[in-house]
Amino acid sequence: MEGLERIVREHPFFAGMKEEFLELISSCAKNVRFEAGEYVFREGQPADQFYLLRSGRVAIQLSAPERVLTVQTVGEDEIVGASWLVPPYRWGFDAKALELSRAIAMDAACLRGKCEGDHDLGYEMMKRFMPVLIQRLHATRLQILDVYGVHN
Amino acid sequence: MVPRIARVRRRQRDLKDVWTLDLEMEDGSDLAFKAGQFNMLTAFGVGEAPISISGDPAKPGGGLVHTIREVGAVSGALARLTPGSAIGVRGPFGTEWPVAEARGSDVVVLTGGLGLAPLRGVIYSLLANRRHYGKIALLYGARGPDEILFRSELEKWRCMLDIELLVTVDHAESDWHGSVGVVTTLVPRADFDPDHTIAMVCGPEIMMRFGIAALRDKGVSDQSIYVSMERSMKCAIGLCGHCQLGPVFVCKDGPVFRNDQLAPLMAAKER
Amino acid sequence: MDQDRARTGQISTIDTKGLQALLDVLAERGYRVVGPTLRDQAIVYDDIKTVKDLPAGWTDKQDGGRYSLARRSDGALFGYAVGPHSWKRFLWPPVQQLFRATREGDAVKVTAEPAATERFAFIGVRACELHAIEIQDEVFMNGAMSDSHYRSRRENAFLVAVNCGTAGGTCFCVSMKTGPKAERGFDLALTELVAAGKHLFTIETGSDKGREILAALPRQPAKQEDLAAAEAVVEKTAASMGRTMRTDDLHELLLGNLDHPRWDQVAERCMSCANCTMVCPTCFCMTVEETSDLAGVESSRSRRWDSCFTMDHSYVHGGSVRASAKSRYRQWLTHKLATWIDQFGSSGCVGCGRCITWCPVGIDITEEVAAIRDGRPR
Repeated sequence: MEGLERIVREHPFFAGMKEEFLELISSCAKNVRFEAGEYVFREGQPADQFYLLRSGRVAIQLSAPERVLTVQTVGEDEIVGASWLVPPYRWGFDAKALELSRAIAMDAACLRGKCEGDHDLGYEMMKRFMPVLIQRLHATRLQILDVYGVHN
Repeated sequence: MVPRIARVRRRQRDLKDVWTLDLEMEDGSDLAFKAGQFNMLTAFGVGEAPISISGDPAKPGGGLVHTIREVGAVSGALARLTPGSAIGVRGPFGTEWPVAEARGSDVVVLTGGLGLAPLRGVIYSLLANRRHYGKIALLYGARGPDEILFRSELEKWRCMLDIELLVTVDHAESDWHGSVGVVTTLVPRADFDPDHTIAMVCGPEIMMRFGIAALRDKGVSDQSIYVSMERSMKCAIGLCGHCQLGPVFVCKDGPVFRNDQLAPLMAAKER
Repeated sequence: MDQDRARTGQISTIDTKGLQALLDVLAERGYRVVGPTLRDQAIVYDDIKTVKDLPAGWTDKQDGGRYSLARRSDGALFGYAVGPHSWKRFLWPPVQQLFRATREGDAVKVTAEPAATERFAFIGVRACELHAIEIQDEVFMNGAMSDSHYRSRRENAFLVAVNCGTAGGTCFCVSMKTGPKAERGFDLALTELVAAGKHLFTIETGSDKGREILAALPRQPAKQEDLAAAEAVVEKTAASMGRTMRTDDLHELLLGNLDHPRWDQVAERCMSCANCTMVCPTCFCMTVEETSDLAGVESSRSRRWDSCFTMDHSYVHGGSVRASAKSRYRQWLTHKLATWIDQFGSSGCVGCGRCITWCPVGIDITEEVAAIRDGRPR
């Protein structure tokens, strides 16, 4: 779909990607929206898509007895979902839209297949995904440090 | 090294363990200050501690507004002083935030936890002189939604159409619909021109370290980043030796430093 | 220069009676006379009245972690180097009250401690100690904030220097260019000449106060041979230093090697006992203490000597910035020899050797500096 290809091309995550790769990827893409309060995915479900948020905010959450904790929120131009990259391809967290959120959903199986078929595409995707994961790892470590806490 | 006498005029609870004390000097005088400076406050019989001035430099009495977190004997005693109590004041001491230098530039205020207190005076000045600045981005991080300092003021500022205010928390329950993540994650999202920005950073040292890294990643130069440092202080006048950081005394050469001067001093651990 | 003064007759000689006269005149003029005396098997600085209070015929034997007294073959009164005390214990006392506060209902009245009116006369100030006093003058009086307590004691003090006739085992004033000859900063300066049958002091003035006091003493103009003997004393001392330290590159050497493995090695030995900072004549770190009576009515604040070797020194909420012994030793040495220069325009070290002598494990800063420079591990 031409409209979808334009949306994919314009998303910052794919900035600078070669035309041929963009075409390949677009065939795995579709437009989705989530209403406020709607789950994007749930813990334990198969990680068969990942999402490039175009607008809105999604909370990554964990359930515990009598509590639901938000460990991170993801906003405009950011990525929701990394578990699609590695076996067993299952979501480790809940993801819930906090407000009306629009996204490009990428079919994980489709994209994994295309990457297997074209390793250059695979490497391109890896180069774009790794910084996101590393930044999230650093940020999570800072969260663990509890820097604002009172230390005695 | 002898304090002047003041009285507590007002005492306001900001958070569970954070209080703002509003003082008045016994002799009726005011205390002119620049945002970034601090006073040494005495709880007689207990001791003296450096406390950030969190008031408005443009308003009378602004130099006598202090925000205190109870973390020890002295801060605990200060926080518990009731209106009418006597309190000792020495100051103001230290260097100021570059509010004047920032004119004509975009401004990023990057702060977390109690770091908002010494920067509140800056925010008042920026908003009162809005036309002198380009884009203004206020980025604030707290431990959790219950620990957002000056929340009602932040909410008021967020309603202003010509500044960007992003707030995030490290942890939250599901009833929080705002941002969750460390404050450094706000830097890539904020709207400012890295080549024409003055950034002012204040918070726990680890937060500042990574905040500076995030600003540098976005292209802000060390000469454009200002940081407020905290060190043990007994005298605040460069005589007791406690606040030394390499060759500088944080009490008089700081607490506000420009990062091109500060970064080499922080390179070695435990300096 | 000494020949010039001899020609104009400004250097005199006095004998031991003249020295007693000096002590008497100073006491009569209301000075509290303090000088070297023997106590607890050391030569310390305390109140003295007569020449008999001085450690006649004693010298000190000093090395890393070692101090002992030994008998001399002559009766020299100043035949030792330096002991554990420095003059800072009088100019910058270990405890100094700052103010008293009295509660009257809700109100508090603060009474500042007035500046001391005591006038000290120091007898036997070494050249290195004159430099140390000059360094502390810079710290306490010449910055943006001048300390009134230090200033009043300092401005009222009368300094009688003594040129060293014996180099201490850990001395390196020659390397630090702080001695052994007293060049400036004294009111009077003596050089002791002890030989068969003769016990004299050359005495030169360094100020109007000194000239005034000298005028009241029985003295002779110095003979050429006495001047030559005095020069020889200083030269001999300069040639027998216990230690040396190369100083031209210290700032870059130390600040450019903050992660040198030598710091870890010295940290294994350093006990953070803080002796070095207490005996050092230039260390000035202090802390502040508030005390209160049980009723909470009367309280007072005083400052007292502190040391960067304590955990408390760098404590902020969350922990001490310098938690390891390594970081604290490094802080002390880099401050003393390097960042002091940035702060005050000179080195903080005068080469007196006290830190070497009084370190229980004999850590030697001249050795540490050389090791960092040579890069050799211990």
